[in-house]
Amino acid sequence: MPGYLDAAAGLPLHPVAREAYLAALDDGWADAGRLHGAGRRARLLLDAAREAVAAVLGGRPDEVTFAGNGTQALHAAVLGTLRGAADPLGALVHSAVEHSAVLQAARSHLAAGGAAAEVGVDATGRVDAAAFTAAARVDGVVAAALQAANHEVGTVQPVDDLDLPVPLVTDVTQTLSRAPLPGRWDVLAGDARIWGGPSVGVLAVRTGTRWRGPYPDDDRGRIPGVPDIPSVVAAAAALRAVDATRAAEAARQSALVERIRAEVPRLIPDVDVLGDPVRRLPHIVTFSCLYVDGEALLSELDRRGFAVSSGSSCTSSTLTPSHVLVAMGALTSGNVRVSLHAGVSEQDVDEFLAVLPAVVADVRAELGATGL
Amino acid sequence: MVVDARGRRCPLPILDLARALPSVAVGDTITVEADDPAAGPDIRAWCRMRGHEFVAARHADDGTPSYEVRRLR
Repeated sequence: MPGYLDAAAGLPLHPVAREAYLAALDDGWADAGRLHGAGRRARLLLDAAREAVAAVLGGRPDEVTFAGNGTQALHAAVLGTLRGAADPLGALVHSAVEHSAVLQAARSHLAAGGAAAEVGVDATGRVDAAAFTAAARVDGVVAAALQAANHEVGTVQPVDDLDLPVPLVTDVTQTLSRAPLPGRWDVLAGDARIWGGPSVGVLAVRTGTRWRGPYPDDDRGRIPGVPDIPSVVAAAAALRAVDATRAAEAARQSALVERIRAEVPRLIPDVDVLGDPVRRLPHIVTFSCLYVDGEALLSELDRRGFAVSSGSSCTSSTLTPSHVLVAMGALTSGNVRVSLHAGVSEQDVDEFLAVLPAVVADVRAELGATGL
Repeated sequence: MVVDARGRRCPLPILDLARALPSVAVGDTITVEADDPAAGPDIRAWCRMRGHEFVAARHADDGTPSYEVRRLR
């Protein structure tokens, strides 16, 4: 899939995941809570998956729980941390550029009678560590949420520079499998689809962190119900495989991102390359083009074999622009996010850069946006 | 000068603004009335990218958001 440049939205199943999944269908079908042989085999697989993921997270196996998907993991991370607080209706502090799942959780906290406060970002999408810390130290704040890095523009957040008196929820969706995790964490949430696993969410709660499931009580763990063990096994196997070559692959992709960041403004007039040029994820690069309809740009690129995503309002189901771009003060129209993966070569990037200027020019001409 | 971009979806409001710009003198202002939720952030970004001044965001008499921009060059 050389033209698939939307890795941040998910990857096809990693070959290692596929193999592990098929094997676990035979060995991991039973309820891991049962004491019979089939249950014990399922339990062994689940425990091994927890251990593998915990090793990558730098945590203990009993700190790791698997959710149905990344969104569920983020909801559980945020709402469970709030529910674990001495005052479960206390305030949540979060950045303005969190994943929409975190913002949804914040809104549901508000709807339940809780409080929330948002911390803004600079033009690169970065939160100021001192400002975030100050906001989290206000009386009545019981939890905080700051992503490890932004999913739309790749900017890395100063999570390690925070000094918080409350538990922190860190969304590591785009960081896990791509870049080092923050040195300290309380509650993490991630998504296996990002590294070539099936639809599995990862929730990790540090020992000693107060967290209480935002669900009816269930004695089987933090997420109610029987986990989908073949999917969990596949997710863990893929993470271990991808993590083994992470540093080299990140360096390669980061150089390609650097190339796109340098070439796009050279090749296309009136374009803003977004996000921090240095403190960024290795695989994401985003830019906005003036006088360009994002939907037309996506369709035209798709027609030429390139899949990208966009934060432009015309490409969203709600017809509102990306809250991340708005918070940064960035141009929201003509927005393109390119996200790389191990299957994208230098030649693929060259081909994308060869096609892009004409595509932008065509979309501008279609709108009559010439000579402005 | 007022540009009516009601009902126009992104990126049309900033296109309307860019087209109307030559009709005001350097130093004068132009106001865009636009109900698209992307117009506010995009007109501010347009000012920054094209070297003009974002003066103020207000509302027209009918409640439609309006954005005043000063032509600087």
